[in-house]
Amino acid sequence: MLTCKDFLKELSDYLDEATDRELRAKLEQHITECPNCWVITDTTRKTIKIYKGMEPYPIPSDVESRLMRALEKKMAAKGH
Amino acid sequence: MAVSSLTGIDESALVAQARENDTRAFAELVRRYESKIFRLAQHITQNREDAEDVLQETFLKAYEHLDQFQGQSKFYTWIVRIAVNQALMKLRRRKSDKSVSLDESIDTGEDTVTREIAAWDEDPEQRYSREELGGLLDSAVQSLAPPYRSVFVLRDIDDLSTEETAEALGLSVPAVKSRLLRARLQLREKLTRTFKRKGDDAFAYL
Ligand SMILES: [Zn+2]
Repeated sequence: MLTCKDFLKELSDYLDEATDRELRAKLEQHITECPNCWVITDTTRKTIKIYKGMEPYPIPSDVESRLMRALEKKMAAKGH
Repeated sequence: MAVSSLTGIDESALVAQARENDTRAFAELVRRYESKIFRLAQHITQNREDAEDVLQETFLKAYEHLDQFQGQSKFYTWIVRIAVNQALMKLRRRKSDKSVSLDESIDTGEDTVTREIAAWDEDPEQRYSREELGGLLDSAVQSLAPPYRSVFVLRDIDDLSTEETAEALGLSVPAVKSRLLRARLQLREKLTRTFKRKGDDAFAYL
């Protein structure tokens, strides 16, 4: 039998579907019997989902223009 | 260097063109990744000025060493590696800062503790505006310890694979996995405080 601690250790791999089939069966068995781990699994899955693909803030325009100026200088030096 | 005709072009084609000294192609690559690199640099350096330096140095170095990019990994993974090195150098130069490595050993016990065990509302995000939600998610990531933060950003936000994340950060695959687990559990804990179903309280007011 898996303890909750054993379960938590495998949680990431379980959510990424990176465990072998035997372990997966054991983990699934555990969450059908353990409401706490079921909730943790569900809310961790939702946590990952809510962050996935979160766009970065657009880069501030003064930062971008300084970057582009530095690059132009570099390119001019390289391209002769 | 404002060019929009290159927007739909495949990344490997852009890299090939940039290698032929096509500066417009390189500028397009910069445009695709600058905000992500800036975000990552801010997460590692915790300082906007340093992050801006890192951003510039990353793309200048990438341009200079473009012929060393093998094309076996994604271009993004390659520039992340450059950015991480630049960011760590910045941290080392600031002597007062003790966390100079992403490879430092971290306590593996207490930080997987799960105290908040509560189901979430259905679609908790609906209760917030885009800006509110963005700010909320962002400050939760900010509160992670630095070694967890960059792993989480690359793996779960930027969607790199475990192997790519390991390559980009110069970490082993097991190190990436254990940090990712802790980052996810800590964020879950924090978000649960905000998103948990207020079932019982609501019931009391009926
Ligand atoms: Zn359990």
